[in-house]
Amino acid sequence: MSDQGRQFGVEVREEEGEVVWSFSGEWVLRVASNQRRDVYRKRLVHSLREGRKIRLEMKRMKDWDTSFLGFLEALRKTGVNEHGCTFVDESVPDGMRKLMNLAKAVPEVPSEKSEKPDSFLTQVGLGTVGVFQGIRCYHEFIGKLLLDFGRLVLGRASWRTKDFWLALQQAGPQALPIVTLLAFLTGLIIAFIGAIQLQKLAADIFVADLVGLSMTRELAAVMTGVIMAGRTGAAYAAQIGSMRVNEEIDALQSLGISPIQFLVLPKVIALVLMMPLLTAFANVVSIFGGLLVAMGVTDVTVAQYHWQIVGAVSGIDVLVGLFKSMIFGVIIALSGCYRGLRCGKDAASVGRATTSAVVTAITWIVVFDALFAVVFHILGI
Amino acid sequence: MRDEEKKLCQEPIIEARKLTMAYGSLVVQKDLNFKVRTGEVKVIMGGSGCGKSTLLQHLIGMMAPAAGEIFFFGEPIPSEEGRLRNLRKRFGVLYQGGALWSSLTLAENVALPLEEYTDLNKREIAELVDFKLSLVGLSGLGRRYPSELSGGMKKRAGLARAMALDPEVLFFDEPSAGLDPLSSRRLDELILSLRETLQATIVVVTHELDSIFAIADSALFLDSGKKTATAEGDPRKLRDDENAPSSVRKFLRREADS
Repeated sequence: MSDQGRQFGVEVREEEGEVVWSFSGEWVLRVASNQRRDVYRKRLVHSLREGRKIRLEMKRMKDWDTSFLGFLEALRKTGVNEHGCTFVDESVPDGMRKLMNLAKAVPEVPSEKSEKPDSFLTQVGLGTVGVFQGIRCYHEFIGKLLLDFGRLVLGRASWRTKDFWLALQQAGPQALPIVTLLAFLTGLIIAFIGAIQLQKLAADIFVADLVGLSMTRELAAVMTGVIMAGRTGAAYAAQIGSMRVNEEIDALQSLGISPIQFLVLPKVIALVLMMPLLTAFANVVSIFGGLLVAMGVTDVTVAQYHWQIVGAVSGIDVLVGLFKSMIFGVIIALSGCYRGLRCGKDAASVGRATTSAVVTAITWIVVFDALFAVVFHILGI
Repeated sequence: MRDEEKKLCQEPIIEARKLTMAYGSLVVQKDLNFKVRTGEVKVIMGGSGCGKSTLLQHLIGMMAPAAGEIFFFGEPIPSEEGRLRNLRKRFGVLYQGGALWSSLTLAENVALPLEEYTDLNKREIAELVDFKLSLVGLSGLGRRYPSELSGGMKKRAGLARAMALDPEVLFFDEPSAGLDPLSSRRLDELILSLRETLQATIVVVTHELDSIFAIADSALFLDSGKKTATAEGDPRKLRDDENAPSSVRKFLRREADS
């Protein structure tokens, strides 16, 4: 800003009872620096007094852009609203006056959102109401789902077998690689940690019991549940959520097709059918992983491991795991679909729906797992 | 605002030379030669699927030409990221649905380009955002989220965002799509008054005849059959000109093939 042309400024003077704001130089973004503008703003605000007339003079102004107008209009607003000043803008260039008029063409909508956040009590109240509404909506959803399931059993639902096969494919075979990998590694890890401890007691062979029981009864189902919640549950929420944004759900409803029959039921049933299969597979793979560790770290042979597993793990244990995995399948599919259907109509809410689908599913999986542990203990299974 | 200087200057701001656009081996349009002069409203028109929006993508540097060149301010569109970014600062784009970022309020949407590209402080950004919103008739609505706005309001908000940096060129993709005739007309008027007041050059992609006749200084007709531009000029004259290609006249007169 060495040369004269790159200057900008404003002069305040009094003339015949009027205040004159005389702008000069280049009031454009790339020239006008923040600090100088702030100084000028203070000077101009200072000259705003009760009921004064302010004349805008721009003869010496070389260039301007909308950043100048934003600056000026904010000052004008303060002047008119807070000090009752009047502005005279006869010497304003034509282009600028047109822009000013355009800006004033539509009156300002009074802001309906209050600036300050709600009070604590209001927040608690709204939160509580929200929780009850949520519970209500969830029950409504479950109710509709059960009714539609009834219709499906009676053969009166709009059911597309092609979609069902697709859902089966997505929830089953396509999830197999990741489930295999993680189950294998989990079996390996449990066996490894167990083997080191059990060696100290010279009870190496019990590695088989450890891996077999913990995986079949608990871990295989929970692990598969967590994987499927992150993989398939999230996909359900995102898919149904974007369908909502795209008004595809509305289109279904306007045709009289229940989105629950059309979208939710195939997914729920597919996941409930596939979860036990995936879990059974995870059982086998993780026991195999345990075997590798048992053979590598301890002196247990394949035959010993085999007989030890057969002796330790009963059919009931396996069935308990598979049963739990079915329930987890219901939880995952329901939270995914429910969150998707309740999704708002913009991109951000699809993200929220997906996150909350996964979080809800994993939370309920753990809660139900704990409940099952208690119930099975009481029942003596 | 540099009025005289700009009126004198009839240099083309955008120029396409032998431009061919293609998706892989599928040629959309070939051999396009046209200029957009400073300060004019140029309409790119044509039937659905003729490549209008693809041309817009090329003009804003989102797609690279299959052959030929596009010049901006006398220089070819740079392929290097940093220089392309500098060029993009000089134009604003209004997308079909407004393309507002749904997680930000209206004011934050308009403020984002200012925060990115200028060193204005918060207060000045707020002042400027207020002014831009008032220009498009949305003053006082800055705290709303896009989901709380009607389609027309979203478009106007998108326009406020496109104008945030006082661009020299404004691109509009189907500005009247999805608007009722009145809102669409109001948007046309807004475009014209912005052109007049901001001295910006405006490129509009549309097939709405009413808008074309209302706003265009010059129009370019893309023919989807011949895969090139078959006519260029004032749309009112093209409509009445018996020498103009029949496809253009049919388009402008809404005549169906018999």
